[in-house]
Amino acid sequence: MALSSLLNSEDSAMAAEGIPGLPHFASRAKRVIWLYMAGGMTHLDTFDHKPMLEKMHGQPMPESVTQGQQIAQLQGKKLNCFAPQHKFQRYGQSGQSIAEIWPHLGDKCADEMCIVRSLHTDAINHDPAHTFMNTGTMTSGRPAMGSWLTYGLGTATDSLPGFVVMVSTGGFGQKQPIAARQWHSGFLPGQFQGVEFRASGDPVLYAGNPPGVNRERQRDVVDSIQQLNQLAEQRLNDPEISTRIRQYELAFRMQTSVPDLMDVSDEPQHIFDLYGTRGGDGTFASNCLLARRLAERGVRFIQLYHRDWDHHGAVKAHSQGTAREVDQGAAALVTDLKQRGMLDDTIIVFGSEFGRTPMAQGSGRDHHLAGFTMWFAGGGFKAGMSFGNTDEFGYHSTENRVSVHDVHATLLHQLGIDHRRFSYKFQGLDVRLTGVEESRVVEEILA
Amino acid sequence: MIRQVACLLLTILAVTTSVHASDQPAAENSAPRTIQFNRDIRPLLSDNCFFCHGPDNNRREADLRLDTQQGLLGNKNNIGAIIPGSPETSALIERIEATDPEVIMPPPDSGKSLTDEQIQLLKDWIDQGGEFEGHWSFLPVNTKHLTEHSDDATTTAERIDQLVNVQREANGLTPASQADRVTLYRRLSLDLTGLPPAADDVQAFVSDQSPQAWEKAVDRLLESPHFGERMAVWWLDLVRYADSVGYHGDQEVSVSPYRDYVIRSFNSNKSFDQFTREQLAGDLMPAPSQELLVASGYNRLGMMSAEGGVQPKEYLAKYIAERVRNATGTWLGITLGCAECHDHKFDPLTTQDFYRFEAFFADIREKGLYSGGGPADRWGPSMRVPTPQQQQQQEQLDQKIAALKTTFQATTAALETELSLWEKAYVPWTVLKPNSAAARDKTTLKVAPDGSVLAEGPNPATESYTLKFSELPAGVTAFRIDVLPHKSLPKQGPGRAGNGNFVLSELTIRIENGDDVTAVELQNASASYEQTGAAGNHPYGKWAVAAAIDGDSQGPTWGWAIMEQAGKPHHAIFETAADLTLPENARLSIAMEQNHDNPGHNIGHFRISAATSPRPVSASTLPPPEIAGLLAVPKAERNAEQTEQILGWFRTVSRELEPVRNELAELEKQRTALQNSLTLTLVTESVEPRMIRILPRGNWMDESGEEVQPAVPAVFGGAPAAEGRLTRLDLANWIVSSQNPLTARVTVNRIWKLFFGEGLSRRLDDLGAQGEWPTHPELLDFLAAEFQTGGWDFKHLIRSIVFSETYQQSSVASAALQQQDPYNLWLARQGRFRLDAEFVRDSVLSISGLLVDSIGGTSVRPYQPAGYWAYLNFPTRKWTANSGEKLYRRGLYTHWQRQYLHPALLAFDAPGREECTAQRSRSNTPLQALVLMNAPEYVEAARVLADRMLADETTSDQQKIDLLFRRAVSRPASDAEQAILQRLLNSHREQYAADPEAAGQLQSVGEFPATYSGGIAELAAWTSVTRAVLNLHEVVTRN
Repeated sequence: MALSSLLNSEDSAMAAEGIPGLPHFASRAKRVIWLYMAGGMTHLDTFDHKPMLEKMHGQPMPESVTQGQQIAQLQGKKLNCFAPQHKFQRYGQSGQSIAEIWPHLGDKCADEMCIVRSLHTDAINHDPAHTFMNTGTMTSGRPAMGSWLTYGLGTATDSLPGFVVMVSTGGFGQKQPIAARQWHSGFLPGQFQGVEFRASGDPVLYAGNPPGVNRERQRDVVDSIQQLNQLAEQRLNDPEISTRIRQYELAFRMQTSVPDLMDVSDEPQHIFDLYGTRGGDGTFASNCLLARRLAERGVRFIQLYHRDWDHHGAVKAHSQGTAREVDQGAAALVTDLKQRGMLDDTIIVFGSEFGRTPMAQGSGRDHHLAGFTMWFAGGGFKAGMSFGNTDEFGYHSTENRVSVHDVHATLLHQLGIDHRRFSYKFQGLDVRLTGVEESRVVEEILA
Repeated sequence: MIRQVACLLLTILAVTTSVHASDQPAAENSAPRTIQFNRDIRPLLSDNCFFCHGPDNNRREADLRLDTQQGLLGNKNNIGAIIPGSPETSALIERIEATDPEVIMPPPDSGKSLTDEQIQLLKDWIDQGGEFEGHWSFLPVNTKHLTEHSDDATTTAERIDQLVNVQREANGLTPASQADRVTLYRRLSLDLTGLPPAADDVQAFVSDQSPQAWEKAVDRLLESPHFGERMAVWWLDLVRYADSVGYHGDQEVSVSPYRDYVIRSFNSNKSFDQFTREQLAGDLMPAPSQELLVASGYNRLGMMSAEGGVQPKEYLAKYIAERVRNATGTWLGITLGCAECHDHKFDPLTTQDFYRFEAFFADIREKGLYSGGGPADRWGPSMRVPTPQQQQQQEQLDQKIAALKTTFQATTAALETELSLWEKAYVPWTVLKPNSAAARDKTTLKVAPDGSVLAEGPNPATESYTLKFSELPAGVTAFRIDVLPHKSLPKQGPGRAGNGNFVLSELTIRIENGDDVTAVELQNASASYEQTGAAGNHPYGKWAVAAAIDGDSQGPTWGWAIMEQAGKPHHAIFETAADLTLPENARLSIAMEQNHDNPGHNIGHFRISAATSPRPVSASTLPPPEIAGLLAVPKAERNAEQTEQILGWFRTVSRELEPVRNELAELEKQRTALQNSLTLTLVTESVEPRMIRILPRGNWMDESGEEVQPAVPAVFGGAPAAEGRLTRLDLANWIVSSQNPLTARVTVNRIWKLFFGEGLSRRLDDLGAQGEWPTHPELLDFLAAEFQTGGWDFKHLIRSIVFSETYQQSSVASAALQQQDPYNLWLARQGRFRLDAEFVRDSVLSISGLLVDSIGGTSVRPYQPAGYWAYLNFPTRKWTANSGEKLYRRGLYTHWQRQYLHPALLAFDAPGREECTAQRSRSNTPLQALVLMNAPEYVEAARVLADRMLADETTSDQQKIDLLFRRAVSRPASDAEQAILQRLLNSHREQYAADPEAAGQLQSVGEFPATYSGGIAELAAWTSVTRAVLNLHEVVTRN
């Protein structure tokens, strides 16, 4: 029997339907592209301008601000104010205040961005802070948001994973580690795990045929496996075998679809110009271009890590350098999605696991959890908006405070999910991405 | 700040994905069933009502509890929520059926609501009398089916079958027939060893028609050393064994001896109570053996951080809280971790219970931030553990050393003679106390009361010390410089260079008598040690002390040094050319030049003495000061102890004993080298317990909480009777005591799962209120009671299970049966399920013949895609695969990197082991297909398997395919299967014959050599066939 007849597209387990009852209501967006500035981007030199720090530069931070606060590497050290390291400008018709190190984002995207300057988180070290940002808890073993979404909503692709991760590494700052835990499915079944696409070697682990096996020969082997498994299926009537047969077909398809996706030679010159890359080089810009291609093919959740933002020293030079690595690609992605009419149903998230201190750590800044910035674009977020504020030192989120769980709740909401009703039974509990404490959908930033 | 560390939670409308036993409709023709509170009502109330009317004191509304008898049924003074027999007047029903949104329960804003069926169930229960039951798993284990404990597993197996039958019949089902003998044996082999059976063993079992055939097979496999490996895979998930620390840099940590301990324990059928005590508290047992200390490593298996900027207090709080989650998850199957920030919402567990449980672990020596330290204490207390072979080597060395020491210690006539001759020639030394000590450059010299001199302050590139003395014994024949270690010096000195070394480039001694200065001529310099390293250009061929009295004739940079002996005291001796007596009023001036061209090689700590003994005076026979003191006592007046002390020292310099000394030194060197080559493992070290207080809302910065002492949760009686503070050993003893109803239930439930694919209570990680009511409560309690009272005997439990007819049923389900009981709740068939990740690897290696089945040892590194570790840092790391046998070890020995677990294991749902894992998911994904088709270890296995097929004496393709099937799935291939593979073989024979380059490439995968000489195309074509077979669902499935 020809396999193609056995495998019609609705059979494909990868283009899963999600769970019954979801979405809870009409969704505003279909997918998320999360531009994850790993290491802790300084909010004070990028998106959150604090003239007071300029004025107080070198002077002690008032004790009333820092008293009883968690401190990382500055434990027991002098806490002196540190001025913004870059000039800020007003960009776009909306007049968004953005540092000059983001010329592309400023000029092209300010009116698309919804900048939230009142984030706060619970963890002050990278590893738990990443885990908290991605899974809603610092405890290991919980699913990442991308896993939650593919579990709940399924995917719209039958030849690619629903949750894809790419990582780029820049040339400035400390290369903080990123654990695969950040895209693990935790207690959810393994098929919801994020799949890393790599710039070198097999783009997906083990997706390349063995040496000496071309596509036709691989097809022959897969056909034989399938036929043998079908005999077993007929004999045993075990649904798990039908699933196995489908997975082999999908695996075989992925062996082509993934290289096709990664091969950007079919893109026109003006796209290369827009992103500032010809692709294939593992840079952040290259990953942005791939993210668009993944979005076009129906991938639900795409996360691009750029692991270069841990600027304990030389924050001026390093934040400028790192912004240069990120700026054009991020702006191109927003622009490109918009020109294709995809920005409406794609949410762009841009941010870090935490921010950095208004206090100097030599020529740099330390980890900071009490206030930082993220921005969103597309997917029903208000365009050209600024929301929330930190205090005059940029230390504490004070006005319209937004927690990490609020971000989760809001993103789920845009995807048609009521975060309070979206849970999975684990250790006897109905565990939610947004945890047990109160969290809210930040309606004010939604169009 | 509010932090919720452990427990997330609770929603409002549960998306329930699991299957409750109570969801299953009763068989159609049975009588209206009796409603049981625990089975039918409690889960319903727990899901819908306990959040506000449950155990959490802080959350309780209207002071109403629906989880207690008193709350539900009332007491003398209060009317309860229900009135037995009268649903229509029960407040509970009234509120549930209300229409007013202000009155109705659950309230609309909770997002919860009850279905009509659920409401009816509640009414029926009240109608039937509303009988309350305490939560099942917290009640004492029901022993009603426990007759006399029998070592005979057959008796236990029969009881298992009876109890399963009752339930099966009640659900209108009949048992499946016994599985065929091939399937049975294959199942047993996979279940007991995690390995597929050898084709010959299957054949032997099939043809053994004796009634004892099964029993013999079971016993043989239970005695296989692979049984311990199989069980270890289960246990290591629970106790989160890994080879890296997990947090941030995820650095490596050595703890494989613990894994060996687990394997050994299962193989020797160590009783579970003992196994429990050893791990939780092996270090607290009297005079703990190495085995017990290795076992105590359990407490140290949690994640650790070396991230700069970590606040130690926060991480200490994280580590100890994780211990509570792990110990309660591993042994109790309750989610006490949920009570870290608030009282448990569903189970009667409080925040106080949580922190009291933490306090059991407060004595474990640990750090919040692991920074610095040598290999042996990088991650806190560790010990080195020999393999049996190393242990043997150690013992042999120790015996030799002991024998030599006896020889060395003997007081022989020859030794005594040598000593008395020496004593005649002995030179006593007088320490010279300088009147002044000055340095040319910026060094500060400090003279101590004992006459020694310590250099402090800046350490200039070169330096000169000048010491002046006004007193000197008459007739000095030699001067001596002792260079001494000091804690203030680099590497303890005695030099001030970074490596503890110095170079004395010139020593000059003068007599100053007014303006008259005379140089003292020195000769015959000798030293206790002269550096040999880095002496290539040294004019003396080594860093000889002679260079210090040569008037710098060979250049000022050369002199005396001791690099290899840094950290130890040494001395140099300089004879005077003529006996020297200091004239009256004259002063002696000693100058020590240190002009080595590598800066900073100055002496840090030293002392100068003089002797008046007859010449020659040499370095090798100098006694230390305490012996010198004894030698000053006339021989006849020395007591025995003094004599022995002198002898003791003299043995270290005696010429007579030199050969023995050298041999001893060599052996001791070997002994140390061996010791340092032993594998490290983490152990528990008990120290003064630190204070544990309740952290309000889990906030480690909040110090307002009450201080607590160790105790088990109050619902189990709190503290067991003991004097003084309870210890981990008390905890372990309570866990395996009859007062604890959970451990035996949790453990047998998990063991049952290994043999059926699902537990009797399907939730393996929670037997609390939110867990699953067991499908077979009486069977679960029977097995638990037997386990508990029968010596916690794993092998007996397992033997009983596999002896049962229930176990031996076929796993094939008719369409009707699948419809009737889709989840196989009632065990009218066996389970079928995919093998665990490790066993997938083991199976394929075993089928191919590549498996190296040695037991235990350090972790190994099979092939892993390049760049997979690119995002690890501090330090960055590159995976280097092993070669040779280590490439083909079983999956459980693969290096377990928590953040980047080997991708082939990860694809098959192996957990990162960051927390306790009681239940792995069992997914079926395209990534698994990619691994089995393309990963080099699997391609290599296919290639080697093809090689073996071709080498087999069978001749026809058909026979070889048959053989292949027997090896891979324990049965011959059917005609249809033969045809499929023959087609593939023929087609690829042609293709590879036409493309020999490709055939060669395929054979290049993996390092194992090929042997077949009949042509590379044939080998490649057969590799396609073996790849197809090794990818079969049947290969990775236990049925």
